[in-house]
Amino acid sequence: MDVGQLQRRFVEYTSSLFHEGVLDAQFTQLQQLQDESNPEFVFEVVSLFFDDSERILNDLTRALDQKIVDFKNVDSHVHQLKGSSSSIGAQRVKNACIAFRNYCEEQNTEACLRCLQQVKQEYSLAKNKLDSLFRLEQQIVAAGGAVPMVGC
Amino acid sequence: MRPNEQMCTKRKYMFIKKAWLPKILVIWIIIVALIGRVIYNTMDADDKERRKEVLESMCDQRARMLQDQFSASINHVHALAVLVSTFHYSKTPSTVDQKTFAQYTARTAFERPLLSGVAYAQRVLNSERKEFERIHGWTIMTMDKKPSPIRDEYAPVVFSQETISYIESLDMMSGEEDRENILRSRATGKSVLTSPFRLLDSHHLGVVLTFPVYKFNLSPDPTAEERIRATAGYLGGAFDVETLVENLLGKLAEYQEIAVNVYDVTNSSEPLIMYGRQREDGDLLLKHVSPLDFGDPYRKHHMICRYLQNAPTSWTAITTAFLFSVIGLLVGYMVYSALIHIVKVEDDFHKMQQLKVRAEAADVAKSQFLATVSHEIRTPMNGILGMLAMILDTDLSSTQKDYAQTAQACGKSLVTLINEVLDRAKIEAGKLQLEAVPFEIRSMLDDVISLFSEKARHKGVELALLVSDKVPCIVIGDPGRFRQVITNLVDNSVKFSERGHIFVHVRLAKHAKVVLDKKAETSSNDRSEGVVASGDCQFDTLSGCEAADDRNCWENLEHLTANEEHQCNASQRATLLVCVEDTGIGIPLHAQEQLYMPFMQADSSTSRNYGGTGIGLSISKCLVELMGGQIGFVSRPQIGSTFSFTSVFKMCEKNEVGHLKKSLCQDLPMTFEGLKAVLVDERPLRAAVTKYHLMRLGVVVEVVSSIGMVVDISRKNGSFRSRNGRRPDMVLVDKDTWLSSEDGDSKLKGHTFKLPKMILIATKITSGELEKAKAEGFADRVIMKPLRASMIAACLQQVLGMRKEEQQDMVCGPGLFRGLLYGKKILVVDDNRVNRVVAAGALKKFGANVLCAESGKAAIALFQFPHNFDACFMDIQMPEMDGFETTRRIRKLEIEANEQVIEESSSEGTSNKVERHLPILAMTADVIHATRDECLKCGMDGYVSKPFEEEDLYQAVTKFFEPKTTTDQ
Repeated sequence: MDVGQLQRRFVEYTSSLFHEGVLDAQFTQLQQLQDESNPEFVFEVVSLFFDDSERILNDLTRALDQKIVDFKNVDSHVHQLKGSSSSIGAQRVKNACIAFRNYCEEQNTEACLRCLQQVKQEYSLAKNKLDSLFRLEQQIVAAGGAVPMVGC
Repeated sequence: MRPNEQMCTKRKYMFIKKAWLPKILVIWIIIVALIGRVIYNTMDADDKERRKEVLESMCDQRARMLQDQFSASINHVHALAVLVSTFHYSKTPSTVDQKTFAQYTARTAFERPLLSGVAYAQRVLNSERKEFERIHGWTIMTMDKKPSPIRDEYAPVVFSQETISYIESLDMMSGEEDRENILRSRATGKSVLTSPFRLLDSHHLGVVLTFPVYKFNLSPDPTAEERIRATAGYLGGAFDVETLVENLLGKLAEYQEIAVNVYDVTNSSEPLIMYGRQREDGDLLLKHVSPLDFGDPYRKHHMICRYLQNAPTSWTAITTAFLFSVIGLLVGYMVYSALIHIVKVEDDFHKMQQLKVRAEAADVAKSQFLATVSHEIRTPMNGILGMLAMILDTDLSSTQKDYAQTAQACGKSLVTLINEVLDRAKIEAGKLQLEAVPFEIRSMLDDVISLFSEKARHKGVELALLVSDKVPCIVIGDPGRFRQVITNLVDNSVKFSERGHIFVHVRLAKHAKVVLDKKAETSSNDRSEGVVASGDCQFDTLSGCEAADDRNCWENLEHLTANEEHQCNASQRATLLVCVEDTGIGIPLHAQEQLYMPFMQADSSTSRNYGGTGIGLSISKCLVELMGGQIGFVSRPQIGSTFSFTSVFKMCEKNEVGHLKKSLCQDLPMTFEGLKAVLVDERPLRAAVTKYHLMRLGVVVEVVSSIGMVVDISRKNGSFRSRNGRRPDMVLVDKDTWLSSEDGDSKLKGHTFKLPKMILIATKITSGELEKAKAEGFADRVIMKPLRASMIAACLQQVLGMRKEEQQDMVCGPGLFRGLLYGKKILVVDDNRVNRVVAAGALKKFGANVLCAESGKAAIALFQFPHNFDACFMDIQMPEMDGFETTRRIRKLEIEANEQVIEESSSEGTSNKVERHLPILAMTADVIHATRDECLKCGMDGYVSKPFEEEDLYQAVTKFFEPKTTTDQ
């Protein structure tokens, strides 16, 4: 595949992510923050996000497994996840988190478990999409091209 | 719980069920009737008892009297018997003969009123008959006047009272009754009575009394045998019982009332009537029997009395019982209706409660709805505002820029409006608290005017703003509320005015009460002035139309503003008087009273024609009162209304003013400073408005009243120069003045010298007029009213050909932002790694030197003095120590450090007044009012929403770094 094709695919793929709502404008902002002095910025942040999120999701799973659920704890975890997801622009994860927090307030264990599944699903979706996005990016870089900027 | 269910449970607490009430009433009626009956019976029984007692006593009385009279007569007969025995038998020869007897008895007849007559019959044995008949010379006759047959003994009457002399010689023993009597009396020696029979002469019922006369004195206890033997004769008398009783009763009162019957009841099974009517009439139920003793133990008599009339109906009893029943029924009815009422009220109460619950639910729903909707509106509004901001960054023509700015301002005001909608509820609940922040009055008023400029222009109404020079630039108060009131008043004015002008005038007032005082004064002047001015169609107001309140006429205004003093300085308070004058439809007199009532419009057609809810004025009134002022109005129908209100603001500390001016003042370009303008306007008030705006831009203005004067001036000076010798940079001409003095204009056209920039100021202008204006030399520019400093500035830029690049230096663009943050050392505190990295990245991009801390504690550790951070971005929600707490601690540290510094500096004697105050900005995802207030309360300086947006960040940061950069320079 030549660079142009890759770049086109990259653009299409990115805009599909925006279109599907997996990502939002914040991701663009993030991309804008990346420059020569910090070429791996987006990747770093997103990797951080993955690490954090996986830890939080594990914590959440454990917290919700307890007989007596500590909703405050759960809520703070979800808040964390919401914060980081909104920071990288993972819109659907963020939205799932917002719903999750509402149920936390209601102390509805069942709904919380449902939401956890939802969040996990959204998270893995985002992770897959972003992973492939980065792969594409790497391919472009490897092929010697420049990564095009895509806004929402 | 659904209202219905609630209703049911509530229902249980009702103490009476409605269905029971009629039953209770019926039972009550029955009870009352029964009690009435009982009362009647009791009273009636009492009556009867009394009647009976009366009868008894009357009967007894009669019986006693009868008995007394009877016994008196008997006694007298007894005396007669003794007389006869004494003088007839004991004396020989007898001293009593018929004549003596008759005479005596006749004379003593008054003693025996009951006896029709007395007679003496001698006992004559058969053996003595011949002798007796011989002596007396007549034969013994029987009762029926026949010679008596032979018997054992005879009892012929020998002496008789004259009244009954017809019985002389009759044998008393021939009559059955008399014979029995005689036998019985001589055996007992007492008076005896016959059973009643018809008397011979009168045919009245009567009894015959017989008394024995003995020949000699008897032994003390004689036997019947002895008595018979000793018997010499018999004294008898007939009692005419009927007459007797009649006479007796006649003497008594109540003779007519009772019927008296006297019976001989010797044979108890067969009572014989002695007196009285046989016919039993009168009150048969009630009778009284009194025993009578006539001195004959063999015979028994009694008297029976009864009322002649039936017992009279007992009206007292009936009335009492009836009244009682009536009262009882009334009481019952009253209680019944009261209960019905109670039940009804209770029902209503529950209904109300239900409605209240519903209303409260609706209220909650409304609040939630408002909250949700306002939130939902805010989000897209942010998008709109952002886009507008971006449009404004592009190269626009002044009109476009103005439109965009207006759109942006409107959008912003919409966002505030949404907040106000939420606050409106607060006002009503009395929970509204006014802010006290410094703000720039003039630019705020410009914004308000700009809100309505499009509308006013469209209607052809001249909208003008004039702020007196004495009004301080910056005051401390609640700009939002102040603005809300003015907006509301102007909105109303625009709504109701179709011609003329709307004039907003702000000046200092001596005290807050000034509105009402003036109002009274002017309204009294109103009428007379109206009459005088009616012929004169030009008024000295803004547009020449008549206004309701003449205070805003040029003359008055000039006078008033001249009198303004900065006397409020001492108290650090300024009272502003804001007048909004319009030439609209005015307020009908009848509606003026209730103008401030919420949802009350002058009349129903008002809302149809002009829309709106009518709540605005009531809110304005509340707000004005909250701000320590008063609101009032003068209105004349079809002429217009002038609303005025006062509002008290705190003055800024003098040294703060300069500092604040930089941060608050709308960035009016200062490039026009020192330019000179000639303003041509025939109306001084309008000229004053234009002048005010131009002067804010630093333009020196000279006002002339006609174009001709401009020409004159230029003629005199040989070139187009104003009086002070400087050549004016521009000439601004009001359209009305231009139209009214076209001849002067043509003069102007005729001059050949280089004209300064000509600018026409118009409220509305037709395309024809525009063509004409262009033709006549106003090619440069037409400024549309309402005037605003910024708009004039934009126009002047174009007219005077200043380059855009120059302008852009005036406005701090994003380019400067980089410089703003460049090299600053900034700490980002966030527990979320990702957020931290992103925030740091964003700040680094602007050239800042960013450090990160992952908790409040870590941040505090870094902030131990001395440190060299320039700013801090703080997440609010953090575990252990949240952003608020961290900020509080940092502030505490700062205060301590400051004190130390002050101490040190005072000991050293140097006046190093460097106050340490690290700008701390909150990073938060929810930018709601409450959080913002909380942020400011705990010592933060501002907030940025997360995730960062360039504009936001710039807005937040610029406050803190701009002054610094200037001081650095």
